[in-house]
Amino acid sequence: MANSDSKGTGRLVHLRVKRQDGPDLPETKRWEEFKVPYLPQMNVISALQQVQKEPRTVDGKDVAPVVWESSCLEEVCGACTMVINGRVRQACSALVDQIAPNGEVIQVEPMTKFPLVRDLIVDRERMFQDMKKVKAWIDIDGTHELGPGPRESPEAQQERYPLSRCMTCGCCVEACPQYNDSTQFVGPFALNLVRLFNMHPSGALHKNARLETVMGEGGVQDCGKAQNCVEVCPKEIPLVDSIAQVSRDATKRLLFGWLLK
Amino acid sequence: MAAKSTIRSEGGKVRRVIVVGGGLAGLMTVIKLCEAKVPVDLISLVPVKRSHSVCAQGGINASVNTKGEGDSPQIHLEETAYGGDFLANQPPVKGMAEAAPGIVFMLDRMGVPFNRTPEGLLDFRRFGGTLFHRTAFAGATTGQQLLYALDEQVRRYEIADVVDEHGVSIPGEKMVRKFEFWDFLQAVLDDSGTCVGCVAQDLKTMQIKYFQGDAVVLATGGNGIIFGRSTMSVICTGTAASSVYQQGAVYANGEFIQVHPTAIPGADKLRLISESARGEGGRVWVPKDAKDQRNPKEIPEKERDYILERMYPGYGNLVPRDIASRAIFKTCFHEKRGVFNPKTGRNENEVYLDLTHKDEKFLRSKLAGILEIYEKFAGTDPYHNPMKVFPAVHYSMGGLWVDFEKDARGSLKAGSPRNHATSIPGLYAVGEVEYQYHGANRLGANSLLSCIYGGMVTGPSVASYQKSLAKSAFDLPKSIFEKAEKRCQDDYGRILKQNQDDKGAENPYKLHQELGDMMLRDVTIERDNATLEGVLTKISELDERVKKVACPDGSQRSNQGAQFVRHLENMLVLARVIAQGAKNRDESRGAHYKPAFPKRNDADWMRTTLAKHEQKGAVKYLREFDYTCAGQSVHVTDAVDASLVTPRERKYEQAGAASAAATGKIQQPAASEQQKSV
Repeated sequence: MANSDSKGTGRLVHLRVKRQDGPDLPETKRWEEFKVPYLPQMNVISALQQVQKEPRTVDGKDVAPVVWESSCLEEVCGACTMVINGRVRQACSALVDQIAPNGEVIQVEPMTKFPLVRDLIVDRERMFQDMKKVKAWIDIDGTHELGPGPRESPEAQQERYPLSRCMTCGCCVEACPQYNDSTQFVGPFALNLVRLFNMHPSGALHKNARLETVMGEGGVQDCGKAQNCVEVCPKEIPLVDSIAQVSRDATKRLLFGWLLK
Repeated sequence: MAAKSTIRSEGGKVRRVIVVGGGLAGLMTVIKLCEAKVPVDLISLVPVKRSHSVCAQGGINASVNTKGEGDSPQIHLEETAYGGDFLANQPPVKGMAEAAPGIVFMLDRMGVPFNRTPEGLLDFRRFGGTLFHRTAFAGATTGQQLLYALDEQVRRYEIADVVDEHGVSIPGEKMVRKFEFWDFLQAVLDDSGTCVGCVAQDLKTMQIKYFQGDAVVLATGGNGIIFGRSTMSVICTGTAASSVYQQGAVYANGEFIQVHPTAIPGADKLRLISESARGEGGRVWVPKDAKDQRNPKEIPEKERDYILERMYPGYGNLVPRDIASRAIFKTCFHEKRGVFNPKTGRNENEVYLDLTHKDEKFLRSKLAGILEIYEKFAGTDPYHNPMKVFPAVHYSMGGLWVDFEKDARGSLKAGSPRNHATSIPGLYAVGEVEYQYHGANRLGANSLLSCIYGGMVTGPSVASYQKSLAKSAFDLPKSIFEKAEKRCQDDYGRILKQNQDDKGAENPYKLHQELGDMMLRDVTIERDNATLEGVLTKISELDERVKKVACPDGSQRSNQGAQFVRHLENMLVLARVIAQGAKNRDESRGAHYKPAFPKRNDADWMRTTLAKHEQKGAVKYLREFDYTCAGQSVHVTDAVDASLVTPRERKYEQAGAASAAATGKIQQPAASEQQKSV
């Protein structure tokens, strides 16, 4: 088996972590710094894991270990999203050798667009609720045997698949100037899902119902075209194209929809 | 007599069933329950969309036979039984193989972006243990795509009303209520030992509360974190399985742990490089000269040792995982022929997994997901450089024992409440947490299938069970639930308080590292009785030291430290079941390999390991037991039902050996196929 006792080289990794004990405890907001032993192939997650083993700040103060959300550690579940050195991303794919090759301080903060839970954990429930709002699914009749789905060309599949890799991580909405707790904007990821399901042959049967969910307040016209979303998407989903497509379809629906009634 | 209404209890409450875990198996169970009009409370450690199923890469098996190769569910059954070294009961495997094409079609209808052929049909690729193209796939993130499809369907039920027998919506009651960021603590058992609910903890507020349920389904996944680092997600600690095992559920075949041959070593995790890399033509090799320092691309073909193609010409790079892992381990560990690293001056525990002979565009359309992972985490471009990989703990074939009832054809009897029932009445298990489909070694791309098929079986099974109940859990005295809740609250209080003033207290994360390092070193690819004896002694020592753990966090909010202490205590219990089971089994079968007993021994060991919790630190291994299901007493033995495929020795050297039906039909051995370029 792989050697698990991969010892460090005496090199230390320096973390600066923004902490807060709970949503209703703003007085506990603080920065804490930790230095932990370097390990080969280390990422921000393994640095935080080292803090769990020796939860002591650089000032020698014993503290509770930092808490954060994580699951797969291979950038496919979206759980460990946080703001690292000012950029929103997954902590698992933030490799120490790349972000702090010479022992620079690594600054870690929670995302800012969602209610804080504690330390680096925020509550992204709003995203899941908005997936209900935009009807992000195919309306199948049931799971009993009904034969194969509709045929699809390899080209269409290759266009649809990248849109389907959205892991609801929240990077796009964190970077979006239009998304905050005083707006209803569903955000780039949700508009991308509208495009994704409208592209599918069965999904297209409910294309208008889906479009109508993003034609009012909080819908596609709330996009300010800053294009930050596509810059930060870890899965390189063409979010701006998706928004443009949904916007065109929504406009068409708005202009000509009454003709079809 | 069955209760009057399955929708409302006598007291007028909506009768719900609890599903714990929102990966593929849990979600499929939820969907089937909702279709059977049974409302569900879905409890999950993480938002269900982040469950470990997202990590599955390569695909899902179904003998749709679109390539004109003569594949069939019968051959799928034979190859799965053979690949599992004849430890799986065969009727459930038959049911699964027969249902597989319909399952893939259903997923297709849900919108899963499966790769396509030029004719617009589903494309299939090859995977281990077969010569057929049987694996449907969506790039190399198939698990993610399948999970999302089921997650989307469950979301529809989150907004669907519960409807009573008269077709009237019940105000405020939705078919699915999700409880995400909740940790399962214990099953609630009534005085007769029947499961009537569970206790769980909200991981944000740390509130502990009971849930009533006419049945509880555990779909809580595997236990790879017992081995420290593995390919599994950090949430796969096996805590729920361990907890109900300690409440009396029988645990089966715990010693069978799959080690996947190809993963990228990492400080926090060993990241999987899917078998699909080999399915699409990837070749495993090391330089013939162990001291060869050249860049791999400069090493000519004839100076490379393609170890799997040489050792197993019949299946080549697509031998089953247990065999490939042992071959790589032997090459690196015993023969010291792993890739030479001039920097360290030694042969590392690494072999090449090479795709560089394949066209980049082809690789991007079929394998981008995994090659991206390699590029991101190893920092090298795998399109133009051979990847460096080594085996890693990947899957638990063992798990909670579950029952099945077979029909006249030898398949699963549809709707029987015995299917997927654990030995605790009212408690069901589905997915990786149970032991049923894979025997001693799981074939690649059968896990997504077993999760979804398991869910399709468990939903109707639980619905039948609920119908058989004379009294709903919602009509039982509150005291049963309050007592269980109190017990869990006290236990949580103990974890927070114990050893807080002890200067020499243990850190739970360090203790876990000790456990993981040992399990990884001593209880994986090769097993030895003297070493295992040492492992058991060490587990006893850790059992003592874990009592000295002080919770590193006193907070009442998102206290991950306290949660981890609980999971660690539960991991130690399962570690013993795994290690003791391995020690007992004096033979070699599938993933369980003892050099001192190199042969499979059907006379003594073609039987299921059945572990029963006695007390902390003691496991009783049973040959038979009785349990009650829907009022009927069932006698269970450890005999394996091999009524459909006759056990024989595995010979992957020989093409077509895994299935008599396939023998001779495929003229093209794996090795020559590997060399075909696209």
